[in-house]
Amino acid sequence: MEVSAEAKRIMVVALGKLYSSRTQRGGLRLHRSLLLTLVMKSARDIYHAAQVTAQSAAPKCEPQHPAVNVITTKPAAAQGLQSPASHPAEESRTADSSTELRCSPHAHTRAENKENVYPSGPAQHSRKRRGKAAAEPDFLPCKKAKLEQGNCHQQLIVSSVLSDYVKCSSELRTAPTPIPVQTAIAAC
Amino acid sequence: MEEESDTRKINNSFLRDHNYATEADIISTVEFNSSGELLATGDKGGRVVVFQREQESKSQPQRRGEYNVYSTFQSHEPEFDYLKSLEIEEKINKIKWLPQQNAAYFLLSTNDKTVKLWKISERDKRPEGYNLKDEDGRIRDPSTITSLRVPVLQPMDLMVEATARRVFSNAHTYHINSISVNSDLQTFISTDDLRINLWNLEITDRSFNIVDIKPANMEELTEVITSAEFHPQECNTFAYSSSKGSIRLCDMRQRFKVFKEPEDPSTRSFFSEIISSISDVKFSHSGRYLMTRDYLTVKVWDLQMENKPLETYQVHDYLRGKLCSLYENDCIFDKFECVWNGSDSVIMTGSYNNFFRMFDRNTKRDVTLEASRENSKPRAILKPRKVCVGGKRRKDEISVDSLDFSKKILHTTWHPHENIIAVAATNNLYIFQDKVN
Repeated sequence: MEVSAEAKRIMVVALGKLYSSRTQRGGLRLHRSLLLTLVMKSARDIYHAAQVTAQSAAPKCEPQHPAVNVITTKPAAAQGLQSPASHPAEESRTADSSTELRCSPHAHTRAENKENVYPSGPAQHSRKRRGKAAAEPDFLPCKKAKLEQGNCHQQLIVSSVLSDYVKCSSELRTAPTPIPVQTAIAAC
Repeated sequence: MEEESDTRKINNSFLRDHNYATEADIISTVEFNSSGELLATGDKGGRVVVFQREQESKSQPQRRGEYNVYSTFQSHEPEFDYLKSLEIEEKINKIKWLPQQNAAYFLLSTNDKTVKLWKISERDKRPEGYNLKDEDGRIRDPSTITSLRVPVLQPMDLMVEATARRVFSNAHTYHINSISVNSDLQTFISTDDLRINLWNLEITDRSFNIVDIKPANMEELTEVITSAEFHPQECNTFAYSSSKGSIRLCDMRQRFKVFKEPEDPSTRSFFSEIISSISDVKFSHSGRYLMTRDYLTVKVWDLQMENKPLETYQVHDYLRGKLCSLYENDCIFDKFECVWNGSDSVIMTGSYNNFFRMFDRNTKRDVTLEASRENSKPRAILKPRKVCVGGKRRKDEISVDSLDFSKKILHTTWHPHENIIAVAATNNLYIFQDKVN
C-alpha cells in the first residue's frame, strides 16, 4: 500500500534525522526535534491505520510480518530514563499487533477490540510515558512472551525527554548498538 | 563596564573544524538601524559587519548612497558548556539596533545563549603632546623634561571601535531565537524555545521570566515559541509565535489574545505541523497589523481580529506537492523571515533559488526577483522571475525541479523609510534600491 510505504519511509527518515541531530554542533534543537517527533507520530498513526485496514481486507497476515514488526518494535522502545521495565499503554497497543502475527485468527479481532478500547491511542496513552503497572492491561498474555523474546526496547534506550524518540531498530539498521543515556536535552 | 577581551580561547582552535572555514561566512541575520544609515549583518562565524551609507554627494549624484563597510568585529566566540557537554555555536541569530541617542551606535547581538550590547563609536582625534611619554608611547626620561605642555587633540584617520558594553548571559536553557528592544528603550526581551525573558539594558545579572510554556512533563511538549517581538509603540505589548501556527498578543499588564486560523482539513498531510510552524512574526510600523511567515505563506493579521488573518499570500505554493522531498533534504525546516516596508504597503520574504518575493498589499500585485551575481550588475534593473508549474515552460521561466534548494534567502531587511532592501544569499549580501530617475 502506497500510503503505508510512504508513512514508513517518513518514519525512517525522521529517525535518521533525530539520530544525527544528537551529534550536531550546538546541541539538540528542541523545535526541530519536536517537529520530527510530530511527523513520526502522524506517520506512525497513518501506518497503523493502513495496516489495520489492509489486514481486515486480506485474511493472510504473513507477508506483513516484517513490516509490522518494524512498527511494533519502534514505539515499544520506551523511555530509557525511566526504568526499562515500564510498560506504557502504547507498548501494549503495539504488542497487540505483534500478537496478531502469532495467533492469527482471533488475535485479529482482539486487535480490533484493542483499537476500539483505546480509540484515541496516541492522544490519550502516548502521554503516559511512565507507565505504571496499572496502565498495563493484564489481559495480554502475549505481551510477556514479547518481553522474553524481544529485547529491542532495552537496546533502544532513548535519551531524549520527548516521547517517541527511537534511536534505531533491528529492522531498520543492521547493527543496533546500545546507546548510553546521555544528558537529556534541556532536562531541567 | 569592562571591555570584552579579544583573546582567542583555547577552545576555539579545536572546536573549529576545517569545514567551518567557509561556513563561517554564511550570513545569519541582517538588520537596518532605525535611520537606515547603518546596516548590520551577522554570520555563522560570530562576526558582525556594519555597513554605513555614504553621504550623497552633489558631484556624483548617481552614486546615491552606497553602503560601505564601516566596522567589523567578532561578537561571539564558540563556547563549551562543560556541564551539559554541549558546544555553544557562535552563530549570530539576531541583531537589533537601539535607536541612536548620542554620537555612538548601539546594537544587541545574540547567539544561542548570550545577548551582548555593543557600542560602536568613532574616533577621529587623538591627544598628542603628552609630557611623560613621547608620540610612540615610550616613557620619557623625566630629567629631559624641561617644560610642561597641555596635550592637544589632533585629527587622525577615522577609527571605528566596537566595544561590548553589556553581556546578558546564563538566562536561557534553550536556544535563543529572537530579541526585541522595547519602545521604552530601557528594556528588551530575549526568547528561546520555551521562555521569554525581560531584561533591563543596564542590568546584566538578572532578568524577569515573562512567558514560560515549558510543561511540567517534557514529554507533553507540543509546541515551542519560534519568535517574539515588542509592539513598536506600546511598551507593554509584545507578540510571540508558536510552532503550531498561532500567535499570542500579550499585554504585560493583563492577559493575552490568541490569533489562530482554523486548519483546513482538506490540505492535511504528514507535514501539516511542520509547514504551519511560524518562522517569523513582525509588527507593522503602524502597530496595527502583525505579519507571520510559515513555510508556504505570509499572513497579515489585524490585531483586532483573532480568528483569521486579514490577508494570506502564497510564497511558493508549487512546493506543496514536493513536501516529502523537502522533508528529506531538510529544507522543510528552513526558517524564512518576512519584513514590512516603511509605509507597511509592501511585504517581502525569501524563497529558494535565491528568489525573493514582494507583495503589494494595496494593488495585490506580487513580484519574484532573484539575487544572483549574473543578474545583478551594478545599476542593472532586476528582471522579474517566474516559476513554471505546469507542463509548458516558457523561455524565461524556471521549472520547479530546476530550482536550487541550497540557495535560499532566509534573511532580508527593508530600509525604514526608503525603498532600499538588503538580502542575504548564503554568504553574499545584496543591496537593492529603487531606480533613480
